[in-house]
Amino acid sequence: MTGLRLVLVMVVAALFGVLPALAGDGPFPTIPKGKGGKCVEDTQFMRRNHMDLLKHQRDETMREGIRTTEHGLQGCISCHAVQGADGKPVTIKSEEHFCNACHSYAGVSPDCFACHASVPPVGASPPGAVHGQGPTP
Amino acid sequence: MSENHSSDLATDRAHAVDRAGSCGCSGDSGVSRRGFVAGAGTLVTMTLATGVVLIAPAQSKPVDEPASPDVRWGLLVDTSKCEAGCSACVDACREEQGWEGHGRPEQNPQWIRKVDLKETATGRTFSLPVMCQHCTHPPCVDVCPTGASFKRADGIVLVDRHICIGCRYCMMACPYKARSFVHEDIENQKPHMPRGKGCVEACTLCVHRIDAGGVPACVEKCGGAGTGAMLFGDLNDPNAEISKRIATYATTQIRPDLKLNPGVFYQGL
Repeated sequence: MTGLRLVLVMVVAALFGVLPALAGDGPFPTIPKGKGGKCVEDTQFMRRNHMDLLKHQRDETMREGIRTTEHGLQGCISCHAVQGADGKPVTIKSEEHFCNACHSYAGVSPDCFACHASVPPVGASPPGAVHGQGPTP
Repeated sequence: MSENHSSDLATDRAHAVDRAGSCGCSGDSGVSRRGFVAGAGTLVTMTLATGVVLIAPAQSKPVDEPASPDVRWGLLVDTSKCEAGCSACVDACREEQGWEGHGRPEQNPQWIRKVDLKETATGRTFSLPVMCQHCTHPPCVDVCPTGASFKRADGIVLVDRHICIGCRYCMMACPYKARSFVHEDIENQKPHMPRGKGCVEACTLCVHRIDAGGVPACVEKCGGAGTGAMLFGDLNDPNAEISKRIATYATTQIRPDLKLNPGVFYQGL
């Protein structure tokens, strides 16, 4: 009986001791900081809802021609471009790409970049500022 | 019309608009440049001394508003000006949209191509660009099983690559062979024109430029380095130069017997 209690105590201690360690010290993704200091929405909101914002914006732009830039993919790419060792922004093929930083960790494969450019255009200015370049449909 | 001359005229036009926007200090005539440029509704037409007509949209659609069903964008191609051997429009499209051929004529992108024709009875030869005709009743939209092929409110026919499954039914349905299929992985796409393997694509009438108040790249280049054979405008606006020309001169659409009512008109065909 004493032996069983001892085992139980050890199990409980292990649970309380080990799980917080898992939650706190695990291999969390290293998320590169974006430019400009502030995202278009609150960070926590963006983590949960960026895909919905992108989808909403894409349908409005593509289908209706509404070309506001606030929640467009081009804006994400411009602010969150990660510079590689050669000083150029890394493409989606790199694990260091902003989107990959989380998506690799979460096991999610977005297919945005089968069609969309994953780096800002050379000499890019903020989306919408260049004549003839609206937000990405 | 020499190429240099056309370029100069285009440059003059740009300067005139710039001045109208920033200065407003005319006084040399009854109508200031600002008033002339800004006052004539959606499109302003400037007829230059040489007879070359250039058009500049005075206002772009507000970015937060959808495309208007009151507008029907269209093109007019004057085949008497279009020269065989000139590919300014095709080059402009390729550069603007970022597509390129892969050495396989059957599979190369077909956003816009030059077609040289010879009338067998008379021997008359002529040349014309053929691109998506942006039909009122587009067969590509009729047959698309997913709704990826669609017509925007202002008459521009587009492919929504997000839901295109690459079945290519639209390519078979299009009587103008205006669509093509992307067979290769693509990188370094233009930010305004995402393209990817497994989707069908076609001329977008440079919808990104139109929404910003511009004209399609082919029309711009044709008026600069080309022969000035192309005209862009709103077919629904009776005061637009394109509508006046269509109302004045004999024009035709390709295969009008199909009753698709294309938005691309040809003069002298």
